[in-house]
Amino acid sequence: MDERRELRVQKIKDGTVIDHITAGYALDVLRILGLTGKEGLTISVVMNVPSHKLGLKDIVKIEGKELVESEVHKIALIAPNATINIIRDYEVLSKMKVKIPDILVGLVKCGNPSCISNSHEPIKPVFHVISKDPLLIQCHYCRRIMDRNDALLNLI
Amino acid sequence: MVSPKDFVGRDVLSILDFNREELDYIMDVADEVERNMDAYRGLLSGKTMAILFFEPSTRTRLSFEAAMKKLGGLTLDMGEPTRASIEKGETLTDTIRVVQNYADLIVLRHPKEGAAKLAAEVADIPVINGGSGAEEHPTQAMLDLYTIRRCKKRIDGLRIGILGDLKYGRTTHSLAYALSNYDVKLYLVSPELLRMRREVLRHISGRIEVQELESIDQVLPELDVLYVTRIQKERFVDESEYLKVKGSYRVTIDTLSKMKKDAIIMHPLPRVDEIAIEVDSTPNAVYFKQVYYGLLTRMSIISLVLGALSGK
Ligand SMILES: Nc1ncnc2c1ncn2[C@@H]1O[C@H](COP(=O)(O)OP(=O)(O)OP(=O)(O)O)[C@@H](O)[C@H]1O
Ligand SMILES: [Mg+2]
Ligand SMILES: [Zn+2]
Repeated sequence: MDERRELRVQKIKDGTVIDHITAGYALDVLRILGLTGKEGLTISVVMNVPSHKLGLKDIVKIEGKELVESEVHKIALIAPNATINIIRDYEVLSKMKVKIPDILVGLVKCGNPSCISNSHEPIKPVFHVISKDPLLIQCHYCRRIMDRNDALLNLI
Repeated sequence: MVSPKDFVGRDVLSILDFNREELDYIMDVADEVERNMDAYRGLLSGKTMAILFFEPSTRTRLSFEAAMKKLGGLTLDMGEPTRASIEKGETLTDTIRVVQNYADLIVLRHPKEGAAKLAAEVADIPVINGGSGAEEHPTQAMLDLYTIRRCKKRIDGLRIGILGDLKYGRTTHSLAYALSNYDVKLYLVSPELLRMRREVLRHISGRIEVQELESIDQVLPELDVLYVTRIQKERFVDESEYLKVKGSYRVTIDTLSKMKKDAIIMHPLPRVDEIAIEVDSTPNAVYFKQVYYGLLTRMSIISLVLGALSGK
């Protein structure tokens, strides 16, 4: 590759690289992780770069952060091809592909304002995944069907 | 083969929980109830049904109460919810935990969608959904099916129009689901703003022939059944939206003149002005018979769920 055309981002020592994010969704991934930039973590965000598998993709690299399961599931909803790379001492220690679970518990709230899950009952919102690609999820309570966009708008 | 045992202890939350054989069976029992009313009179003595209506209703409440009492059972009615009791803010979860100690069966009407599902998960006794928000009203759909079967002697092969508020009208959702078990052609007729919910359409369009229309006129001569609904004013979030569609359709003698002689006109009641009073006295108007068929249908479903017929 032509060195002059390559922008080198500093490698991270320990942290997480979220690769193969659906192009344009990197900022949503940061939002899912609750990262605003003001936490002081070193973060690099790459958007709309060429990818062999996806055409274009986004990448997010976060120094000093490990993801919890619910975060991985939420990322899967908006970026179903994402891979999560754990970096230790500059090397890729492990790599996993995100996976949309069959049932989403407490990850997304129901977009139907009249749904019982949006009132003060002692329950978490529950969705059944009826299709992973394209994403279609159905509220366990009111049976409202939501797509990827609705899910993104209602992430908890 | 469906048997009464299949219904014992079951919740009636959505019409989707019942397949065609089960729906047919519920209707067969309704026929049987009518034929042998005397034999059914004491069937549920010692049983109690709690009626929890968190939304104003007279018709459905009375229908359930009459059905239970005609079977010799007791009813416990929470009464009209007052603003005060709602504002005190007890959760539905807690209400159900309390009430289930007093009853063998709960009938719930609630403004929130999915409320019956939640109640059923909390309760150890069966829950019948008596209407949840704009979502569903399964026993209404059962009685609508039964009315069609009684008046037309069959359901398969009919052409059925559902006219009106298909967005907020929960009876239209449940009826469309119910009819998708049969071989019917369904016309969904509504103003653009009040089109059928997409989850309902998604479910039924793979199962039966469905056509969406904005005006009923062109299909009137084909219809065997015209099911008319009221615009659900109280469910509109935006008053100006309501004003746009208010009064946008009306069934009159003139409408009937364009229909088959033996077509029937149905309505879940209460009606506002969607059906002219002059239609009431025609043989086509069956909306008051629907009330009677509703009683038989609810007697059937209550008996089945409480297991009163499974000894036979
Ligand atoms: N120390 C590091 N600092 C920053 N980014 C890193 C580091 N190590 C690897 N990466 C990035 O993590 C991602 C995965 O690295 P890997 O070496 O596994 O690439 P790959 O073989 O292309 O993986 P894949 O098959 O998942 O595309 C790449 O985007 C890579 O640039
Ligand atoms: Mg790669
Ligand atoms: Zn819901």
